[in-house]
Parts: sequence; structure tokens; C-alpha cells
Amino acid sequence: MGDTIRVELNGKECDVCAGLTVRGLLETLGLESGLVVVERNREILARARYDEVAVHEGDRLELVHFVGGGA
Amino acid sequence: MGPERIEPLLIGGKEFHSRLIVGTGKYSDSGVMVEAIRASGAEMVTVAVRRVDLDRSEGILHVLDPSEFFLLANTAGCFTADDAVRYARLARAAGFNEWIKLEVIGDVETLLPDTQATIEAARVLVGEGFKVMAYTNDDLITALRLEDAGCVSVMPLASPIGSGLGVVNPYFIREIKQRLSVPVIVDAGVGTASDACITMEQGVDGILMNTALASADDPVAMARAMRYAVRAGRLAFMAGRMPAREIAVPSSPTRGMLG
Repeated sequence: MGDTIRVELNGKECDVCAGLTVRGLLETLGLESGLVVVERNREILARARYDEVAVHEGDRLELVHFVGGGA
Repeated sequence: MGPERIEPLLIGGKEFHSRLIVGTGKYSDSGVMVEAIRASGAEMVTVAVRRVDLDRSEGILHVLDPSEFFLLANTAGCFTADDAVRYARLARAAGFNEWIKLEVIGDVETLLPDTQATIEAARVLVGEGFKVMAYTNDDLITALRLEDAGCVSVMPLASPIGSGLGVVNPYFIREIKQRLSVPVIVDAGVGTASDACITMEQGVDGILMNTALASADDPVAMARAMRYAVRAGRLAFMAGRMPAREIAVPSSPTRGMLG
């Protein structure tokens, strides 16, 4: 087990491996990056940047997707 | 033109052949949901934006094929203009289209819209290039302001979301339709097929519904009924109804009776 960093993930404090990119994080969570939108510190992250952006200590990440809904 | 031919619905430069838009919420079974949507004939379906449930994540796109339906993301659950704008941006980042069903709720009890915040959010989103379809109440002035803000469609309610009360104020729905140039889609409140038919008979361009299908005993059968009701209502409106009179007028000749 390598170093971990603490981030806020969908409103919950979480410890994740240090050195992960956003894509790496989604993979460890078992999420398909094509279906998830990531908001990092209140800023939407373009999907094309998932490979280059690293997850940092203290990041506030929101992972959202489409669910059933009408009004 | 054939007897059942209904002209396509044009919203924001896109043509739809169904005047029924359906939601994807509240279904207990996702297989039934997909079957109901197919039975409804709807091309445009609404979805909501929510946090991924990290314990057991199943987004709707695992069951709903985005190449089969046109996805209209909504801002359901938002109570401020800022939140609605945030949800709309997240929805667009999903990469399907730049359309958004804008709703800003003003009251938890009735789920009636905060019309001022809706207009404010509409202006911001239109400025960012969104095609905004705005949920609102049956108030003409708000509808005019939303059109003025650049919404591609204005969506007055028939009655409160999930109530199934049908169209409670046909006069205002007609008034809104007559005064706006953009398509008017009645959103929320339709409970059963007759409600859908009566709503369409007011001359509106379409209807968006969710609970009426999802909460029917047999959602697929109700979806089929709604498909016909929306078509029947549209055809009746286009046909031009006879005037309603509070007197009887015989439809057989009064002359030629036996002496």
C-alpha cells in the first residue's frame, strides 16, 4: 500500500492513492469515464483532460452522471 | 396529406415526430421503463443529473441507449438560479447535446417554480449557448419573459408535478400558446389519457409527462394510451371543434316527420 491523500469525494472524506490521475481514480472506483462528469473544486473538468490532471490532497471532487428523472 | 398525418414539431431547429416527451424517473423496473418509452413513441426523454452512488453505481445510460433517444437533461431539484446553471453545465459536459430542461423550484410543498430565478438562469444559459426549455407555471407574463430571454420552448404546467390533476387552467394555457412564438410544451400534471387529449386540444405543441406513465399499474399500456391521446388531441385541435352550446340542436331533419 503506497501513500494516500485525503480528498472529498461526492461530499465524503476519502483516502485515495497518491499520484492518481482523474482517469486513474475513476478506474479504481470502477467507473466508466465516458459516462461520468467530473467537477473538481467547483470547476468542470473536460473529459479530454482526465489523463493529465492529477488528484491532489484536499481536492473536492463531484462525480455525477445521468439518472432517471422527469421533473 | 393522409388522415393521420401530424406535422412535425420543430424545437430549437430540431424536428421531432412525436409530440410526447417522457421522463425516466420513478420506474421500479428499468426494463419496463424502456418498454414504456418505446410504447409512448417519444423521441425526446428527460434525465436528471445526480452524484454517482459510489457503493452501487448504475447510471441510466446502462439501460437507455442514447443513440435511440434524444436526451434532455433537467435541472430538477434545484432551488436557486446558480444551482440550476451548475447542473446544466454538468449535463452539457456529459457530451450529448447543449439542450437543458430548466427548472428552478420555489416551494417544496407544491414544487411550483421560482419564476424569477428561472428567468435569471435562462438568461445565463442562453448566453452560454444552451437550448433552454423552461418549466414554468401557467402565468402569461413569465412565459413571455422566458421567450424574450431566448428559450427555445416554454413549458407551463398543467397542474403541480406528480399530481395527476390534469390541466387545471385551460384558459391560461391557451392564452400562453396564442401569445408565444416558440413551441409551448405542457410539462407536469397530466394524469391519464383524457388529460393529455384535453391538454393537446388547447392547441399546445406537445406534452412532457413522467409520473402518469411510471405510476400507472401498467406503464407500458398507459404509454400506448398516451401516444394515441396526444395524437387524438392534436388532430381534434387541427380539425377545429364545433362551438359548445348549452342548448340542444337536433342533428336529424325536423321536416318530413309523419303527420
